[in-house]
Amino acid sequence: MTTRPATRSRGKGVVTKGLPLSGVRIVDVTLMWAGPFCTEQLADLGAEVIKIEAPTGDPMRGMVAPVPGSGAYPGGEPGERPYNRAGFFNQVNRNKLSACIDLKTPTGKLLFKDLVKISDVVVDNFGGGVMDRLDLGYDVLRQVKSDIIMLCMPGFGSTGPEKDYAGYGIVLEPLSGLSSVTGYADDDMPMKTGVDHMDPMVGTHAAGAIVAALLHRKRTGKGQYIETSHLEAAAFLLGEAFMEYSMNDRVPKRRGNRHPFLAPHGCYPCRGDDRWVTIAVASETEWEALCTAMGQPEWSRDAKFKDAESRWQNQDALNGQIAAWTKERDHYEVTHLLQQAGVSAGAVLNLKDLASDPHLNERNFWQATEHPEAGRHTLIGVRFKISEMSDKFRMPAPCFGQDLDYVLCQLLGKSRGEMAALVRDKIVYTRPVAGAAD
Amino acid sequence: MGAQEKREGALAGFRVLDLTHYIAGPYCTRLLSGLGAEVIKVEKPGEGDGARRVGPFLHDDVHPEKSGLFLHLNAGKKSITLNLKTSAGKEIFKELAKSADAVIENFEPRVMPSLGLDYPALIQLNQGIVMTSISNFGQTGPYRDYKATELTEYAMSGLMYITGEPEREPLKLGVNMAQYVAGQLALVPTLAALYARETTGVGKHIDVSIMEACAGLLEFQAAQYDYTGWVPKRIGNINEKGHPWGLYPCRDGYVALASRFGKWPLMAKLMEKPELKDPRFDDSFGRIQHRDEIDAIMLPWLVEHDKEEIYHTAQRLGVVAGWVRDMKDVANSAQLKARDFFVSVEHPATGALVYPGAPYSMSGTPFQTGRAPFLGEHNEEIYLSYLGYDKQELVRLRGQGII
Repeated sequence: MTTRPATRSRGKGVVTKGLPLSGVRIVDVTLMWAGPFCTEQLADLGAEVIKIEAPTGDPMRGMVAPVPGSGAYPGGEPGERPYNRAGFFNQVNRNKLSACIDLKTPTGKLLFKDLVKISDVVVDNFGGGVMDRLDLGYDVLRQVKSDIIMLCMPGFGSTGPEKDYAGYGIVLEPLSGLSSVTGYADDDMPMKTGVDHMDPMVGTHAAGAIVAALLHRKRTGKGQYIETSHLEAAAFLLGEAFMEYSMNDRVPKRRGNRHPFLAPHGCYPCRGDDRWVTIAVASETEWEALCTAMGQPEWSRDAKFKDAESRWQNQDALNGQIAAWTKERDHYEVTHLLQQAGVSAGAVLNLKDLASDPHLNERNFWQATEHPEAGRHTLIGVRFKISEMSDKFRMPAPCFGQDLDYVLCQLLGKSRGEMAALVRDKIVYTRPVAGAAD
Repeated sequence: MGAQEKREGALAGFRVLDLTHYIAGPYCTRLLSGLGAEVIKVEKPGEGDGARRVGPFLHDDVHPEKSGLFLHLNAGKKSITLNLKTSAGKEIFKELAKSADAVIENFEPRVMPSLGLDYPALIQLNQGIVMTSISNFGQTGPYRDYKATELTEYAMSGLMYITGEPEREPLKLGVNMAQYVAGQLALVPTLAALYARETTGVGKHIDVSIMEACAGLLEFQAAQYDYTGWVPKRIGNINEKGHPWGLYPCRDGYVALASRFGKWPLMAKLMEKPELKDPRFDDSFGRIQHRDEIDAIMLPWLVEHDKEEIYHTAQRLGVVAGWVRDMKDVANSAQLKARDFFVSVEHPATGALVYPGAPYSMSGTPFQTGRAPFLGEHNEEIYLSYLGYDKQELVRLRGQGII
C-alpha cells in the first residue's frame, strides 16, 4: 500500500482533462452504497460528480455524535467532525464534490433546478416516487433541461404492487434467489454473501446505462429517463439458475464449494489460524500435475481417483487426503507451488493479505489519499486500467458541504452575501444536523 | 417487448467484435447487445464458445444450441466462426477490426499478443478502436499467467473469506458471481472510452482483472481495515452493519430483516414487542452490542410467522424485509410479473422459452433481448455482405478449416 497521495484543491471544481468523461457534470442525490457506487465509477472516469446532500448528510457519514467505540474512524477517534472522518463514506465518495441543499424548501428546489440546467445527468437512489413528490421528477427536470439524462434506482422499480418496498442489498439476495443456491451442501440453511452483492451490482449497471445514454445523446441530442430495479438486475444476474427452472422445471439447490461434475473442487485448510486454499481441477492433465506437485504421484493411479467420474464419486475421501497435505503448508505457498505446476489454486485471502499482496500492489490496486480531516489513508483505487490514462485520484472524499461556494458562487453565480443568506435561512447547510444514521 | 422491440437501443450503430467465451466476457457483451450494439461473436470453428457445453441443458439434452447458460448470456448476438490461429483467419479478423468500434476479449493475457492481435496491432488498422481485455488477474503483475476458476477467483479476491459460517470453511456463492462482477464492470470504462472517442477519435485499451473487480467490492471492509486495523471474518448470516441485518429462520423458511436507519421503533410495532424499544437498542451500534437480547425477543416471534406474511406486513409498515425464494418463487414473483420482467424468446432449437428480461429500463432506448445465435449462423451475412467474399470463397475457407 504505497502510492503518492492525492490532494484536494478546495472549491475549484474538478480538473478532469484527459479522462474519458471529462466535461460531464452529474448531479448526484444518492446515498448509502448502490447509488454512490454508481457515481464512484463515473467520478473515477473523470465526470464532475456533485453530491447534493440532505441536511442530515449521507447516512454513511455516520452519526453526528457517535456512540463511543462505534464506526470506523482513523485511529478509532471520531474527532470534532466525525461525519468527515467516516471510513466507508470516504472510500466510496472519492473524486466527488459535496454541497448540502435542502430540497424540501422552495428555494432549495430552485437552486437544484438551476444546477440541473447546467448539468448532463441527475442520479438518485431514493425509493420510487420521492423525487416526484419533491416536484423534482423527470417530467419537471426535462422542462428545465430538455436533454437531461435522469436515472432513478427504486429497489423494486417505480410500478407494481411492491413499488414502495425498501430494497436494501441484504433483502435482495434472498428475493432474487441468490440465497437459495448459496450455502453448505450438507446444511439446510441458505447463506447471505459477505458484501451485499446486489448493491454494487445495480450501481455498476446504473453507471453503464448512464454512459450508454450519454453516447446516445451525443449522437442524437436526446436525453432520457433510466430506471434500475435491484430486484430486476438481480434476477437478470441469476439467469443461469433461472434457466434451469425455466427449461426443466427444476429448482437449483445449494452445493457448497462443490462443482456439478469436477473434482477435486474445494476449499482446504492450511497452516495457521483460519487459513485456507481453494483448488479446482478441470482436466486429467491438471489432476496428474496436482498429484505430482503434492509428492503423491501414485494417487493418480488409485482406482478410486482414476478418472473424473471416480474422483467425483469419491470426492469426500479425496478431499480428506488433499486436506492432510495442505494443512501442513502456508496458503500462499500452496497457491504458488500448484500454480507453477499448472493447477488452478487460489489462497483464500483476507483483508490483511490483500493489503500486502504483491500482485495487487504492483498493479496499484491500492491508492493512498491525504484527506484534510481524516489524514492519510489507503483506499481501493480505480478498478480498471485504461491505456495512457492516469488512475490517480484527483481528490479525496469531500467534507460535508465543502463545495457549497463552488456550486453557489462559481456555478450558479450567487454572491457571497446571497450565500450567507441561504445559510442563515437554512436552505443550504455547512454542517449536518443529527438524524440520518442514528 | 423483448425480441419484438422495434425502437433502437442506445448503442444502435455501434459494432463490437466479441472474442469472449464462458461467462465474464459474454456477460459484458450481453449487456452491449441489450443496449443495441451489433455484437459479432467470433467462435472457434466446430466447437464454439465453451459455454455451449455447460448446462443447464433443455430437457438435459447436451447440445451446443440448448445450453441455458449460453442462450441467456448470448441473447441478441450474431455468431461467426473463424480460426484465429491461421494466417488467413487473422487477416479476416483484421478486416473486421477496421470497421469495428470495439473488441472485447477474455483470453488469458498471453493469447492476443501471441496471435499478433493485441491492442498495438489493432490500432495500426483502426486508431479509434476500443479494446477491452477481461482476464483473471489482469494484463500485468506476478499472477498474470496464473490459472483460475470461479472458485479460486472468489477466494483470491477476499470475498470468500467473509462468506460462510465462522466455524466452517469459507464458501463460494451458488452462481458464478466473480465473473459477472467483472463482466459488468468492464462495460463502464468500455462505454466511457467510446464516449471520449466521439470527440478525440482515438480509442483505448482497457484492462479488467476479475480479482480486482471483486476485491474492489470490499469498500466497507477495506475502509475499516485501513482506519482501525480490523480484519473482517466470516460471521454467518449476521452483519457488522447493524442488527438485525441478515437471514433468520421463520415458520416456513427464512426471512431477511434489516434495521433501517431512524426507523427502529417500527420493528417493535411489527412484532408487537414494546421491549424492543429499550433505549439500549436505539442506535445501530447499541443493537450490535445487544444482539443476543434482541434475538431472544425477535427469533421466537419469527418462528411463529410465515415468510411471505412477514415480508408483506413488514414492508408495508416500513421495515426492510425479504424472504428466501428459490427460482420457482422468483418466476412467480408478483412484482416481476406486474412489471413484465420476464420475456418469452423463440429459438429454433428450443422453441419458446422464458428468459430474464431487462436488468434496467431506458425510456428512449429500450434494453433488448433477442435470441442467441447458432454456431456460425451469421457467416454468410458477415463474410458476404460485410467483407465482400463470394460463396465459392466461403466454401474454400470452410474446407480449409478457417471458418
